[in-house]
Amino acid sequence: MPAIVDTIEGRRIEDHRPWPRLLVTQETWRKIADEIAAGRATLLGLWANAGELYVVHMAFVDQGSTTIAVVSLECPDKTFPSVGAVHPPAIRLERTVHSLYGLRPISAPDPRPWLDLGFWNVKYPLGSRAPASDVRPSYGFLPVEGESLHQIPVGPVHAGIIEPGHFRFTASGETVVRLEERLGYLHKGIETLMMGATVERATKLAARTSGDSTVAYGIAFAHAVESALQMKVPPRAQYLRALMAELERLANHFGDIGAICNDASFALMNAHCGILRELVLRAAAACFGHRLMMDRVVPGGVATDLRPDGLTLLKDALKQFRRRFPRLVELYDNTASLQDRTVSTGIVSGELAQQFGASGYVGRASGRDCDARKSPGYAPYDDLDFAVPVMTAGDVNARVWVRIREVEQSLALVEQIIERLPDGRVAIALNGGTGEGLGFAESFRGDVLVAVRVEGRRVARCHLRDPSWFQWPLLEAAIEGNIVADFPLCNKSFNCSYSGHDL
Amino acid sequence: MRRTLFEGLTRRPLTEAPPRVGDEMLAELASQLDRTARRRLGRSLSIREVDAGSCNGCELEINALNNAFYDLERFGLRFVASPRHADVLLVTGPVTKNMREALERTYRATPDPKWVVAVGDCAVDGGMFSGSYAVTGGVSKVVPVDLHIHGCPPAPMEILKGLISLLDAQTADRP
Repeated sequence: MPAIVDTIEGRRIEDHRPWPRLLVTQETWRKIADEIAAGRATLLGLWANAGELYVVHMAFVDQGSTTIAVVSLECPDKTFPSVGAVHPPAIRLERTVHSLYGLRPISAPDPRPWLDLGFWNVKYPLGSRAPASDVRPSYGFLPVEGESLHQIPVGPVHAGIIEPGHFRFTASGETVVRLEERLGYLHKGIETLMMGATVERATKLAARTSGDSTVAYGIAFAHAVESALQMKVPPRAQYLRALMAELERLANHFGDIGAICNDASFALMNAHCGILRELVLRAAAACFGHRLMMDRVVPGGVATDLRPDGLTLLKDALKQFRRRFPRLVELYDNTASLQDRTVSTGIVSGELAQQFGASGYVGRASGRDCDARKSPGYAPYDDLDFAVPVMTAGDVNARVWVRIREVEQSLALVEQIIERLPDGRVAIALNGGTGEGLGFAESFRGDVLVAVRVEGRRVARCHLRDPSWFQWPLLEAAIEGNIVADFPLCNKSFNCSYSGHDL
Repeated sequence: MRRTLFEGLTRRPLTEAPPRVGDEMLAELASQLDRTARRRLGRSLSIREVDAGSCNGCELEINALNNAFYDLERFGLRFVASPRHADVLLVTGPVTKNMREALERTYRATPDPKWVVAVGDCAVDGGMFSGSYAVTGGVSKVVPVDLHIHGCPPAPMEILKGLISLLDAQTADRP
């Protein structure tokens, strides 16, 4: 079957790499939306930009293939046909496009703002930038009808040491009948700050989009810039990036496996996993000079070579993980009271995960075989052996097990990387060219997408799409019918990013 | 589980020696702590963390304070779930406009005497995010700050130093 992008007409943008971008008509835009809604393609992102004309972009990948494409539609009258009208996963993306640019999706099912909570003093900050009125419009939560229902508003300031967001629960007794999320509290205007920034500054901004995935954001941003400028990164840099990415994955998975158990009141697991996490961060600091490895990945390669003494510490840490982690897995598996909380709690159906194109452990625990390291794939992972664990139960337990299996895979990957680490340079200089690029990286949470336009050492436009965009809505579905007290458990098993989503 | 617990009894603890506190931090704090506050609190502080726009990096390192290596509670410092139980607000991020009101309300909900510690470079002056339409540009723009802890993010040991200096300043010249 021909790829969808080969069946449509449009003007191909020449300097967009490595996948095609086509300027299309409204009719074609609608056709693509229908293809996605019918499940023949998966939506990867929907964003806009404002130049001489307003343009909306939609990235998608054909079902069961690696054929990625971007279609762009000019919006001279500031409107575009809503994708969300036929494909719900696009709704929040379109609400964001409206809040930031003032572009209106025609016949969109939900016209309420998103990210704009009415505090900015400016309306459509990336569009008309009109001054906002002092009166903050009230936000209507979705209506819930029925007898003896009560609402529980939670946040933005939460009880734990976590990021802010608002959750509106409607409960019948102990049972949640609806959860509605309201996010945007962390909106910092990163995409606006990116416009016109030097590539160096933009790299730092990308690294601070979601601090837990700073390496993954660095890699996705670097991939996009390197595609735009047709740069070829030295093999040693690719391996070092992968080493950092796997360390980041290990640190996050260790921390979260413990934290999930902690939310089921099993603190022992948290204490031991916390030790493993700390050991990863200390090894990272010894190898790369920063515990979270922030600002170590840059377009062209990596900023710092591996410190020779760091490798010794890393090998020691690996030995500890190999010895200690299996016992913690056994502990998780054999503690009936813990299993009682995680098994069959917070189920995400395979259909929903597929429809939303959920990546990471959220998608993989519900049967989606996806991993940006395999598809579209990037160096050096094509030279390394690893498996992508997939489960089908879709509950908290499955998400924990996917993470456990991923820890095992990452340990094996780190060992392979250390063994095969090539010699040579760790970076090449930027070439000052002009172009557009699309880049992916698999963070511990799922696939990060970055679209960038570079013009002579400066970023003209950059869009960063966190995997959480397609996971947050599933949390609303997962909690339905569960008890309120299980929400922290479900939420932690998702661990969606607030900052990466709010930008 | 038995084996894990037994090992915990026999193995030496992982917890590290407490850090020395720099004079700079003590100096920044000395003027802000009055005698009565010290008497009332003793050597213990309850901390409420507020993320006011951080990238989550600072939260990860603050969370690490609870692990076996740093073991925050041995100093009488602990994180609490409500500002109403707190003596200290630990605030991260450049304070987004969307979080400003929430931070102000959290501050008002915290009983006196109270201290505000701004953690991370962007909490100091907005850092990389200053100049954006969506941020106010630092915690001190919204609530009075008693201590700044620099770093992006500051390592747990740096945060620990700052918090211990709060305790030391309290007990320094107790009557």
